Amino acid sequence: MASDTSKRSSYFLISPMALIFAVFLVIPLLTIVVVSFWDYDEYRILPDFILENYKYLLGSSVTWSIYLNTLKYAVLTWVFTLLIGFTVAYFLAFHVRSLTWQIVLFMLCTIPFWTSNIIRMISWIPFLGRNGLLNSALINLGIVDQPLEFLLFSDFAVVLADVHLYTLFMVVPIFNSMMRIDRSLIEAARDAGASGFETLKSVIVPLSKPGIAIGSIFVITVVMGDFITVRLMSGGQSASVGLQISNEIGLLQYPAAAASAVVLLITVLLIVTALLRLVDIRKEL
Amino acid sequence: MALLTKTRERRPTSFYFLAAFFALFVLFLYGPMLTIFILSFQGENGGLTFPMNGFSFHWFGNLFEQQAVGDFGGSFSRSLKLGLIVMVVTVVVSFMAGLAFRKRFRGDSVIFYLAIASLIVPSILISLGIGLLFNIVEWQPQWFTSALGAHLTWTFPFGLLIMFAVFNRFDPSYEEAARDLGASNWQTIQYVVLPMVGPSLIGVAMFSFTLSYDEFARTLMTAGALNTLPLEIYGMTTNVTTPVLYALGTVTTGFSFLVIALALGTVAIMRRRKGQKA
Repeated sequence: MASDTSKRSSYFLISPMALIFAVFLVIPLLTIVVVSFWDYDEYRILPDFILENYKYLLGSSVTWSIYLNTLKYAVLTWVFTLLIGFTVAYFLAFHVRSLTWQIVLFMLCTIPFWTSNIIRMISWIPFLGRNGLLNSALINLGIVDQPLEFLLFSDFAVVLADVHLYTLFMVVPIFNSMMRIDRSLIEAARDAGASGFETLKSVIVPLSKPGIAIGSIFVITVVMGDFITVRLMSGGQSASVGLQISNEIGLLQYPAAAASAVVLLITVLLIVTALLRLVDIRKEL
Repeated sequence: MALLTKTRERRPTSFYFLAAFFALFVLFLYGPMLTIFILSFQGENGGLTFPMNGFSFHWFGNLFEQQAVGDFGGSFSRSLKLGLIVMVVTVVVSFMAGLAFRKRFRGDSVIFYLAIASLIVPSILISLGIGLLFNIVEWQPQWFTSALGAHLTWTFPFGLLIMFAVFNRFDPSYEEAARDLGASNWQTIQYVVLPMVGPSLIGVAMFSFTLSYDEFARTLMTAGALNTLPLEIYGMTTNVTTPVLYALGTVTTGFSFLVIALALGTVAIMRRRKGQKA
């Protein structure tokens, strides 16, 4: 009896969240799958079952080059966020000794996350632009004679902005993993004669793997689906899968957008499944 | 051994390299924001980059003239209201879900994986899916219906994960004590659980408000006819070429900082009160 009422109360407590996920996540994703088989003309979408959207999408060489470009952004962003995020987390977890300072410095890293992504992208314009701070500085120092054109509206700018926006996604889970490492393990490694670097390599990195995996999932999925950063920072000169979808939406070609969305979703899920083999998320909370 | 501890008191050289790296990282995070903050006070004839051509509040004034930059006031108030609704709903629903997850129930892993999926499915897919759904069933998308739902799919996973972290470290003996003293279920939650998890709920509130307030991709196809602030800002990036853009950036970033300070202040006060009682 008692377990019966407690079960019922569990269902009652979870029902609002389940309902919202059903209506605004599950059904919309199913809608995308269904609509990806529909037909369309200039004005409407027409219920049907055709494979044309997929044939066109997968048969087009543009699609493949867009995927390649998006993967390039994802991999570059992943490498830089991982290197920077790991170093920052390592500093916070093992070199800052008082808990208060750890919290203060950690907060300092997280605060920009609470502000608008678009504003943070725009904020690179005065820095990277043709007459921006960086170009002026380089010219004044005599390093270059002409302003560098590739700084803004380029792949460089896209990756820079992605790293700027998402390094925090690496710092937080890696820091979390590092804080759980038993400090006596590190002492043991030292006592056994390991150098600082050896301790890092054979103790800290392996034990930080769950954090690295979670951070990687976040960064890679967010960059794979991104379209605003690519549009703003490449100045419309580069494409990504997300941008292609958003362009198709703009042209009201919903079934084509839906087919692109399904392919993107499958790609992202494959990547995540591969990364999840490295970590049990539920254990990490 | 004593010798070993003694040497470890001194900072190793690597500390200074790492500290410098960290300082550069912080500069990288805040530097660009600082430049647009300074440039938003650009003189009336100044442009989008340095040098400063005088100092003025011209662009802030410009922001509040409706015809100059679209509907700043309207979109701001919509984003504010939407953020507050998302905040309240997320706090209540995540807290309830957190309580539910303390016991095993059928389908618990389904909900858990839905939350994870919600976090990793690209935002534009949520936007497209909800937009299509509303299109097909012929509902008019509105910021307080479709956009609200889209934002909740983004804030719930964060809320739920924070609740997991809280309840995993929560000692149930306090509740047992309350029940032994004759407290009802509701009294136990009100007088024992809520005060203990209060600071975390403030965290969930801040998380969900700011995530919603700044959300762009999930609002794109779900906001309907009226823009939220991020949509308005995005529109401006393509057709506004004056420092009014920076003024807007400064104002909304300032607002975000205000919200963060408010949340941190509340947590600090709650902690102090608890400390006094104890």
